[in-house]
Amino acid sequence: MRFVFKTSYDADIKWFKHGAQLFWYILLLAALIALPLIFVWTGNPYLLGEITAVLIFSVSCLGLMLLTGQTGLASLGHAAFMAMGCYANILLLQAGLPWLIAFPLSGLLAGFFGTMIAFPVLRLHGVYLALATLAMSIITGDVIDLTERWTGGVGGMSVPDIDIFGFVINKYANPYAFYYLCLVVVVLCVAAYRNLLRSPSGRSFAAIRDSEVSAQAMGVNLTRTKATSFFLSCTAAGLAGALFGHSATFVTNETFDIVMSITLFLSIVIGGLGFIHGAFLGAIISGLIPVLIANGRTLLSTSMGININIPGLESALFAGIVIAFVLFEPMGLYGRWLKIRTYFELFPFYRKDMFRRQKSYLKTERVQ
Amino acid sequence: MSAPLLDIKNATQRFGGVVAVNDVTMHVNEGEVFALVGPNGAGKSTVFNLLSRFYTPAAGSIQFNGQDLLKLSSDEVPSLGIARTFQNIELFEQATVLQNLLVGRHRHRKTNVLSEIFFTPSARNQEREHRHAVEEVIDFLDLQAYRDKMISGLPYGVRKVVELGRALATQPKLLLLDEPASGLSVEETQDMAFWIEDIQKQMGITVLMVEHDMGLVSAVSNRVMALADGKELATGTPAEVQSHPAVIEAYLGTSGIQKGGKTDKKKKSKGAAA
Repeated sequence: MRFVFKTSYDADIKWFKHGAQLFWYILLLAALIALPLIFVWTGNPYLLGEITAVLIFSVSCLGLMLLTGQTGLASLGHAAFMAMGCYANILLLQAGLPWLIAFPLSGLLAGFFGTMIAFPVLRLHGVYLALATLAMSIITGDVIDLTERWTGGVGGMSVPDIDIFGFVINKYANPYAFYYLCLVVVVLCVAAYRNLLRSPSGRSFAAIRDSEVSAQAMGVNLTRTKATSFFLSCTAAGLAGALFGHSATFVTNETFDIVMSITLFLSIVIGGLGFIHGAFLGAIISGLIPVLIANGRTLLSTSMGININIPGLESALFAGIVIAFVLFEPMGLYGRWLKIRTYFELFPFYRKDMFRRQKSYLKTERVQ
Repeated sequence: MSAPLLDIKNATQRFGGVVAVNDVTMHVNEGEVFALVGPNGAGKSTVFNLLSRFYTPAAGSIQFNGQDLLKLSSDEVPSLGIARTFQNIELFEQATVLQNLLVGRHRHRKTNVLSEIFFTPSARNQEREHRHAVEEVIDFLDLQAYRDKMISGLPYGVRKVVELGRALATQPKLLLLDEPASGLSVEETQDMAFWIEDIQKQMGITVLMVEHDMGLVSAVSNRVMALADGKELATGTPAEVQSHPAVIEAYLGTSGIQKGGKTDKKKKSKGAAA
């Protein structure tokens, strides 16, 4: 077990607790930067595209994590905000704005409209809020249909290429550049998230999640703080949506459907609510399971001649995994990792119910 | 004498047909420890919730430090310098003790979300200042051993102290303690008494508390007000209130034999909290 001797308050403010942690994250970043070399060597960047998709998905998982894991507001409508970001990005690009302006602006627009829509539903709690946002997710397709003039509706719309000072990035023509671009966005989002967590905003989000009444008694303005959380969350979703558009290169009213919203929500639950790592682990699981199933299927049919053609196999498997997590590991994948790590750190003193949550005391003073 | 720090005049709070607080007038002077006592359902916690602005009284006025408290919303109350604890501990369970105390610093926040996202030097300095203030509270309450522990794993007694610490971290003028000693052991109650004394004498914070433990009340409070059924029974020094006939009647009832059984019902419904 490692003992960190703190000699200043900065030791708790810093991003990394100790040198070894910094080392591992630098190693991870280096690995991610070096990753495309493998595909350059094999000459088949198909899997890189899947990894890029996971990166994009993790940006919107981060956004939802801030809202659900951090602030405790469940949203089943985040694909709607991704759609907003995506279409805003396309329209701004078509209007002739350079990508470097259009991209962040599309995120902010998604955040702004998301917050406007969210204001009336922010008074709701728990499952009611989830239902209201689910409704948002259901009407997204219809709204895109109705605004066909701008969005192309059912006919769809092709997404312009990214142009950064004359350097054109297209997912097919230049998958490596697109991968790095997404990686930069992901790193920036994580940095912003980390900064929020170590400042008053992040703590006020957690305060609202755990006890609204005492958050208020400490001077946290509930409506404003919830709206801030919603804004930041929708902004991240909007940025992810814009990148998703570039990745899909063609979007229709069916691209951002309800399944995507639900997958997003399930991903952060599987990954581990309230942890940045959870957002990534969830995105990896939900992004790579279909790939693994497809590969497994091909492998079975080519090597053993077994053909499995069950429709809906991916969904069923995914659902099975979700149920297993909710039943056996409510803290998600990252929670499982924490337990394993603690086991080895404390060996042989780990106790089985170390992470078991104590029943909290009676809460009678709820004023809502 | 100067104007009182807290001045409640004719406050009335109704919940449907129940009058929880009935025409209560009281004031708390700067620098004193004022205790509210009374049987269950007397309206003590309702008075606290009026002060926290969770409820708006049907009638009456509440002045704090010369300002009209009723004009503020509940999240603006702490900015005047009023901090509180809750009867049934309302801590942020999935956060560490340190984070809980830092939330107490929220009213001193000077940065906005944007500067926090970029963690500008001013945000960093603010974090250090907040931490410094919180460390003083941790020293005061001897919470060093629990600094990085999650609340969800802490025993009840420690949670009680953390909640006191969170209120102190706001650096209040007036501290509202809702049953600070409920559920605490004898030793813990003694610690609490010492802390309340230190909070009054060293920190110069005015304390208004609701408490059933008459030992604690008489040890630390300057003045006591007894409530029953939302009405004031008596106000005065702890000894005066304890010997007041109306208070004795509310707690113990009067002998049914002498008064013809008229108060028998009352006797059964009130627990002997003293």
